[in-house]
Amino acid sequence: MRSPFARRLISVVAGVAPILIALLCVIIGVLPLNLPGIASIGPALTLMAVYYWSIFAPLLLPPPAVFLVGLVQDLLGGGPIGLNALILLAVCGLVVNQRRVFIARAFHMAWFGFMLISLGVAFVSWGLVSLFNMSLLTPAPFLVQSGLSIALYPVSSWLFSRVHLDPAYRA
Amino acid sequence: MAGRPSSARMIRLAGPLKLLTQRFAFLSLLALSLGLLALGRADPQMMERGRAYIVDTSAPVLAMLARPIEAVRGAIVEGQLLLSLYEQNQALRDENQRLRDWQTAARRLEQENVALRTLLTLRPEPRTAVVAARVIADGGGPFVRTLVIDAGVDAGVEDGNVVVDGSGVVGRITAAGLNSSRVLLLTDLNSRVPVRIEGSRQRAVLAGDNSDRPRLAFLPATVKVRPGDRLVTSGDGGLFPSGLPVGVVDAVGADGIRVRTWSTLEALEFIRVVRYDARPLSLDGIEDEDGPVQRRIAPKSPVPGQPVAPPVTPIAAAPPEPLVDQALPASAMPPANGAALANPGAVAPQAQPAGSTTTTTGGDPADGSLDPEVIDRPE
Repeated sequence: MRSPFARRLISVVAGVAPILIALLCVIIGVLPLNLPGIASIGPALTLMAVYYWSIFAPLLLPPPAVFLVGLVQDLLGGGPIGLNALILLAVCGLVVNQRRVFIARAFHMAWFGFMLISLGVAFVSWGLVSLFNMSLLTPAPFLVQSGLSIALYPVSSWLFSRVHLDPAYRA
Repeated sequence: MAGRPSSARMIRLAGPLKLLTQRFAFLSLLALSLGLLALGRADPQMMERGRAYIVDTSAPVLAMLARPIEAVRGAIVEGQLLLSLYEQNQALRDENQRLRDWQTAARRLEQENVALRTLLTLRPEPRTAVVAARVIADGGGPFVRTLVIDAGVDAGVEDGNVVVDGSGVVGRITAAGLNSSRVLLLTDLNSRVPVRIEGSRQRAVLAGDNSDRPRLAFLPATVKVRPGDRLVTSGDGGLFPSGLPVGVVDAVGADGIRVRTWSTLEALEFIRVVRYDARPLSLDGIEDEDGPVQRRIAPKSPVPGQPVAPPVTPIAAAPPEPLVDQALPASAMPPANGAALANPGAVAPQAQPAGSTTTTTGGDPADGSLDPEVIDRPE
C-alpha cells in the first residue's frame, strides 16, 4: 500500500515523463556523440518519441508539448526555426488520426508505420529545407537519417515502453 | 427534474466543443510553426539572436552532459593508441625530427622576415588573439553543419571570428552568446570562405553544400587545379586572416572541384577562436598588457631562466596529443591549466576582451612561442 502522497507524486512524474523523455531525446540528439570516423548524422530520436506516444498515449504528449519539443530541437540544433516543430506536429496529427491502423496487435505493424512516416518526414524536410535555402540539397543525409531511425526504432520503442508500461502508471 | 435534460445537452455539447478547441489549438500551433519558419527566412538576424539566448541558457547543461561523452571518446582513442604504441612512437620520433628541422627553418625565416619588413617599413599584419573552447553540441539533423562551443562574448568571442583547430580552419562564429557561440562549419550550405591556392595568387571561394567535401567556386576556367593542391585563406573581405591552412583539393570532376578540409569537422572536441583585428597596428611604441608588442614580434632568443611560456611545460609533457595535433596544446588538457596557455582571459574574463587573450602576431608564427627548451625538457 502506498501513501496517497506517494501515489500522487508517482502519477505526476508519470504524467510528465513522456515530455521529459522527448526533451532528453533533443539533448542527446545535439550532443557531440560522434565517435571518430563516424558521420555526424544521428537517428531522429524525437520523431521516434513523438510517434510512439502519439500511438500509445496521445494524451501524455499533446500537440502543445510536441510543438515545444520541436521548437527546442530547432533552437539547439541550428536549423531553420520552426521546421521540426512543424514536422513533429504534422506527424503527431497524422498518427493520432490514424491510431487504429498503427496500434494493431503486432509490433511489426507499428514499425512498418514508422518506416512510412520516417521516409515521409525525410522527403518533406528535404523539400522544406531546400525551399528555405532556395537551393536543392543533396537528399543523401536525409535518407541516411531516416534509415538509421528505422533501424533503431525497435530499440527505442522498447525503451519507451519500459517507461510507458511501468506499473507506476497503474498505481 | 428540469436540470437533467439541460445537463445532458451540455454533456452532448461539451464533447464536440472540446474537439473543436483541440482542433483549433492544433491548427494554430501548425500556423505558428509556419510563421516562425517564414520569420526566420525574413529576419534571420532576429531569430539568431533569440537562438543565441536560448543556447546560452542551456549551455551549462550541454557542457555538463558533453563531459562523460568526451571521457568515453578519449578512452576509445587512447585504447586505439595503446594498441599501436610502438609504431606511434617511431612515427612521432620521425615527425619530431622533421619538425625540429622545420623549426630551425622557421626561426631563420622569421628573423629574415622581420629584418626585411623593417627594411621595407612594410605595413604590419593585423594582430590576432586566440580563445580556446570546448565543443558542447553539434548540429541537429541532416540539414546544418554547425557546432556550439562554450565560449562567448564574455571570453572575447565575436560574430565573424574565425575558428580553427590544430590542423586548419574549421569555420566561423555566426552567433555569439554570452558564454556560448555557434560555429558555422566550412561544410555548411551557407559557408563561403575566400581562399587562395597555396603558392599562387589564384583566388577562389570555398563553398559548403552540406556534403563532407566543400566545393571550390569562382575559380577562372583558365586556372588548372590538380588534386593535391593546397588551399589557404586569402584574407579577402577582412573576415579571415590570410594564410590559414584550409584543405587540399581532393578531386576535380563533374561535380566541381572538391576539397578535403584539414580538420576532421565531424569529430571536434576542442577548437580555437581566432579574434582577428583587421585594424593594423604600428609596430613601434605600441604597448598592451604584456608589454611592447615589438618585443613579442621580434624573434625570440630563448634566454635560460627567463620563463618565456611557463604553462607550456605540463602540456608538452602530457600524453601524445600535442604531437599528433601539435598546434592544439591548450585543448589537450582540462581547462584548469590548458586554457591558461592559449587564453588566460577565458578562465578569468576581463573587461577588455582584446587584452584578455594571449596575443600572437600574424597567425602562424604563434607557435614560435613554444620554445624548444621548454618542449624538449621531458627528454
